[in-house]
Amino acid sequence: MSFYGLVDGSEKSLLKFLEQLSGVDQVGADSRAAMLATRSIKTTSKKWAIDTAISMVDLTTLEGADTPGKVRALCSKAVRPDPIDPTVPSVGAICVYNDMVEIARTHLDAIGGEHVPVAAVSTAFPSGRASMEVKIQDTQDAINAGAAEIDMVIDRGAFLAGKYGMVFDEIVKIREICGEKAHLKVIFETGELVTYDNVRKASYLAMLAGADFIKTSTGKVAPAATPPVVLVMLEAVRDFYTITQRKIGVKPAGGIRTTKDAIKQLVLVNETAGPDWLTPQLFRIGASALLNDLLMQRMKMSDGYYASPNYVSID
Amino acid sequence: MTTKKQPRVDVKKTYKLFINGAFARSESGRVFEVTAKNGDFIANPALASRKDLRDAVTAARAAQSGWAKATAYNRGQILYRIAEMLEGRAEQFESEIALTSQITAAKAKAQVTDAIDRWVWYAGWSDKLQAVSGATNPVSGPFFNFSISEPQGVIAIASDVSFIDFIDAIAAAVVSGNTTVVLVPGSLAVPAMTFAEVLATSDLPAGVINILTGSLDELAPWAASHMDIDGFDISGINKKKHGELKVAGAENLKRIHAFSTGQSPTRILAFMESKTVWHSVGV
Repeated sequence: MSFYGLVDGSEKSLLKFLEQLSGVDQVGADSRAAMLATRSIKTTSKKWAIDTAISMVDLTTLEGADTPGKVRALCSKAVRPDPIDPTVPSVGAICVYNDMVEIARTHLDAIGGEHVPVAAVSTAFPSGRASMEVKIQDTQDAINAGAAEIDMVIDRGAFLAGKYGMVFDEIVKIREICGEKAHLKVIFETGELVTYDNVRKASYLAMLAGADFIKTSTGKVAPAATPPVVLVMLEAVRDFYTITQRKIGVKPAGGIRTTKDAIKQLVLVNETAGPDWLTPQLFRIGASALLNDLLMQRMKMSDGYYASPNYVSID
Repeated sequence: MTTKKQPRVDVKKTYKLFINGAFARSESGRVFEVTAKNGDFIANPALASRKDLRDAVTAARAAQSGWAKATAYNRGQILYRIAEMLEGRAEQFESEIALTSQITAAKAKAQVTDAIDRWVWYAGWSDKLQAVSGATNPVSGPFFNFSISEPQGVIAIASDVSFIDFIDAIAAAVVSGNTTVVLVPGSLAVPAMTFAEVLATSDLPAGVINILTGSLDELAPWAASHMDIDGFDISGINKKKHGELKVAGAENLKRIHAFSTGQSPTRILAFMESKTVWHSVGV
């Protein structure tokens, strides 16, 4: 089996490939991300950025206390984020646990939200600690229920122990299950990978194994989607594109709560991977509270005065 | 070694804003100059921007439910504690007010004493408000019907230039459980920020009183139109501008008041709303 002609799927070839990757200059990555965060985005650019960011939000609810009612309410919000302003675009996707997929899909279809895909977190999210059989079944269930996107977690324990082949094989297997039916996003939980070198390695590992998207975090561990981590991942997809001509998406998730945070991420995308990535097909933001802040900033821009959380929904 | 005494270098205070219990520079980086009567330089307080106003409102909103939920007794205690701190710093307030206002030292002293007494007077209202403004209403059925006064939420204050007006406006707004964003005109900036230091060393939760120094003309229209501000005390604003501020505040039915009396429970009630509750008469 060949993976882009770069590795043959054996642990040995994988190790060889990952070892020849150069290390990440940590100070350089931090300072470049900090420098890009100072870009000032105002007026018409800001308006565009807000709408683009809304269309990229993976509106997420991953709580033990999720109820069908809450998921339905969130779906309604996903299709039409601001009920009194039809010019606000729909969000990128709804992201839920796999038992909620069917409820979300049915409700979306019923309210004219056929264009909003449902993403399911999978493979024993958020820890990734289960047998392969369980992970496969977990994924299969989600796809059967109508999930068009699978957000799988990698086994961080195996990755940190250096068992790259095992992590790789898991991703390949889940990729097979997804087939043509679902997009595969691979979650690294960068807060647990500790170093930027590991983030770069994990990025290549996932891309080689067939990921359509690489995603920073589950949202359950801090730090999550910090700008330098996203920068490292964006560099990886950019370089992977020059080698393979295949565009892989990036999804930061966790800790992005304000419009300012979201716009910083868009600047990172534009300046690292390039404007081609400024589309919901290649960049998503996993968030829940962010959407309300984006809506409030949008109201401020259209009304001319500061908005209040009283005028957006409590999720 | 000679024992000749070296001249001492002044340690000047950096005046900042008081937002969410912390002293922060204006996000805009701007400052303005405060001078004494004779034109001598005194300080460069921060010139707050509308972004600072927005941050202060966010802080005030976050602090509001906790402050309103504190028992009336607890709120009274905390406000009284602030009076204790004010008392300890009375001389500093007197000299700052005399230095920056056009009044004599004797008048400044009288004003500070009055202001502290006024603060204590307002603090005392915390656990008496319900008894005076609430009611058990007679209804034609087997029900209790209560009217209860509740704080409105976040109140903006455009403070007048005198220290006692500044104290009245804040005390009247916070005693009931509101949180505040206080806009202070330039000439009052120095004692206002000393007052912020008093707040920082009292037990007041962060965000209950936020103080922004700067231009009322610049900030008041943004406060008036801000949808997350529930009331606006415009006593410190020129009467000619009241009309346009009230129009700007109409979008969220903001209560906008200018007061002519300093010491009155009506000032507290102006930023409270009445809630009516029905309860069946038990067996």
